[in-house]
Amino acid sequence: MALPVLALANVRVGYGGADVLDVPSLEIAEGEVLAVIGPNGSGKSTLLRVAGLLERPTTGRVSFGGCLVDATHALAERRRMAMVFQQPLLADMTVAENVGLGLAFRGVGADPSEARVSRWLERLNIAPLRDRRARTLSGGEAQRVALARALVVEPDLLLLDEPFAGLDAPSREALLPDLAAILRGDRLTTILVSHDRAEAQALADRVAVLIRGRISQLDETARVFYAPVSEEVARFVGVETIVTGRVLARDGGVTVVEVAGRKLEIAARGRPGDLVRLGIRPEDVTLTLPTEHAPLSSARNHLTGTIRHLVPSAPATRVVVDVGFPLVATVTARSAADLGLAEGLPITAVFKASAAHLIGPAGSAGGSPAGLLDTMTAPEL
Amino acid sequence: MTLLLDGVRAATGLIVSGDSEIWSILWLSLQVSGSATLIALLLGVPAGTALALARFPGRGLVVSAVNSGMGLPPVVVGLFVTILLWRSGPLGALEILYTPAAIVVAQAVIAAPIVTGITLAAVQQVPREFRLQLLALGASRVQMIWVVLREARLPMLAAVMAGFGGVISEIGASMMVGGNIKGQTRTLTTAMVLETSKGNFEAAIALSLLLLVLVFLVNWALTSIQQRRAL
Repeated sequence: MALPVLALANVRVGYGGADVLDVPSLEIAEGEVLAVIGPNGSGKSTLLRVAGLLERPTTGRVSFGGCLVDATHALAERRRMAMVFQQPLLADMTVAENVGLGLAFRGVGADPSEARVSRWLERLNIAPLRDRRARTLSGGEAQRVALARALVVEPDLLLLDEPFAGLDAPSREALLPDLAAILRGDRLTTILVSHDRAEAQALADRVAVLIRGRISQLDETARVFYAPVSEEVARFVGVETIVTGRVLARDGGVTVVEVAGRKLEIAARGRPGDLVRLGIRPEDVTLTLPTEHAPLSSARNHLTGTIRHLVPSAPATRVVVDVGFPLVATVTARSAADLGLAEGLPITAVFKASAAHLIGPAGSAGGSPAGLLDTMTAPEL
Repeated sequence: MTLLLDGVRAATGLIVSGDSEIWSILWLSLQVSGSATLIALLLGVPAGTALALARFPGRGLVVSAVNSGMGLPPVVVGLFVTILLWRSGPLGALEILYTPAAIVVAQAVIAAPIVTGITLAAVQQVPREFRLQLLALGASRVQMIWVVLREARLPMLAAVMAGFGGVISEIGASMMVGGNIKGQTRTLTTAMVLETSKGNFEAAIALSLLLLVLVFLVNWALTSIQQRRAL
């Protein structure tokens, strides 16, 4: 494998004795998009500042293109990177002048600069704004300018710090696919920091989950979302139902687990007798009225219970069903209306064997190492 | 009241007739205070910028000193510049006491803290995060400071106005280090004191009108730049 574009080794950042970041190792390969997700205050922005050579870690090494770099003397390396922040602070100039700033810093001449600026204004669909004063732009327009001024320098490493967090929903939904197309089309090596898992799912090849300054999981995007290694990660990536059960039996690829008196069939392997933690994503659970037949469904788990809570919100309504344990499902507002969902209503929750994942080992009630290995193979089933 | 009205009428006559002494006093004042403001800018802009961006122990004390310096009493400056330039003083060899150069020195001392203080405030109001974003775009430290100063240019015009306004209307220091010598170091303000003490109100009013118009014109010009750029 080629040298990583950026590598962190034993990086620790402490402010006043407390570690806000502790990363033994993190590498980003050429052409990949790595998303660093985590709750607010988990150290994501600190990690990005260290990666961007804007902050020197308390201890540890940062290598860029295979060479050790010290953030205090890293102008040449910084000029091979570009960073976009949550708040696009533009200079009081025109849009085109703002986009050209990075090129001016690098001593690129007026003519080549002009051509590159024009090309990137086009690619970010802001060419008509070129002569506007930057201070008169809307939030979404300003963020596009900030992206253009970073991309125009054609960086070896692009760093994005919550670039969508400050935007209203329509601007965000318009910008996300545009950026995804650019990142994929140009195979730009990118680190994206976000607290929004949907952005990570849309853009990233790999995801690192940062919790309290430590990387809890680093894996391909799908694996992080469908095979979280700990309960904390599971909750952060949107697994809402997390329960403990005991493995009763194994039957081919299916394991029977007893949870609060109900028998669940899951596609992950477990040893009979083991206590395991199970996670189920709410979007994998469908709801039907108990009177209806679901003959076409291949789902193995049909659990009847009563609706405890109903939380309408956009785009989906959250339903908590008591099936012996609280099971969370999301349904569209239309389905909720069609089914006549109401608190106290008897309802059947349905999910496939592959929708339930083992979570382990951290935080699990005695999850065995074998269980962890099984988890890793679960997405294929 | 008639004294005032007659005075204004006579003063207008003096100005319009082009009284050569009045015009040469005006010209000297402009040159002296203009040079002093320029020197204050050359010292105060870098100092204010450095203070705004640097973090060092005792910084709070220095900032407080600069802010106190913005209210430095001109007579105090006059006294110490006089001692400094006195024949037997540390800079006596320059032999510039009672020359326009001495007034420039004193006025620059008065204006420099004003320019420093306002520059400090102007640069500090450019967000720290903006500086970080410039560095993240590949700016060297000098390039970063250049763009930050460019961002702060509108509030910094206030530094020019306050500095010039402070020294053109100052009297204590000009009197002490200049000596109010006719035809050599007589400025608008020192001449006004003299004419008033002689009871020569027409001349004093003429000078005061010129001073007011001058201050207004300078501020009007700078304000119009500031307001046009702010839009």
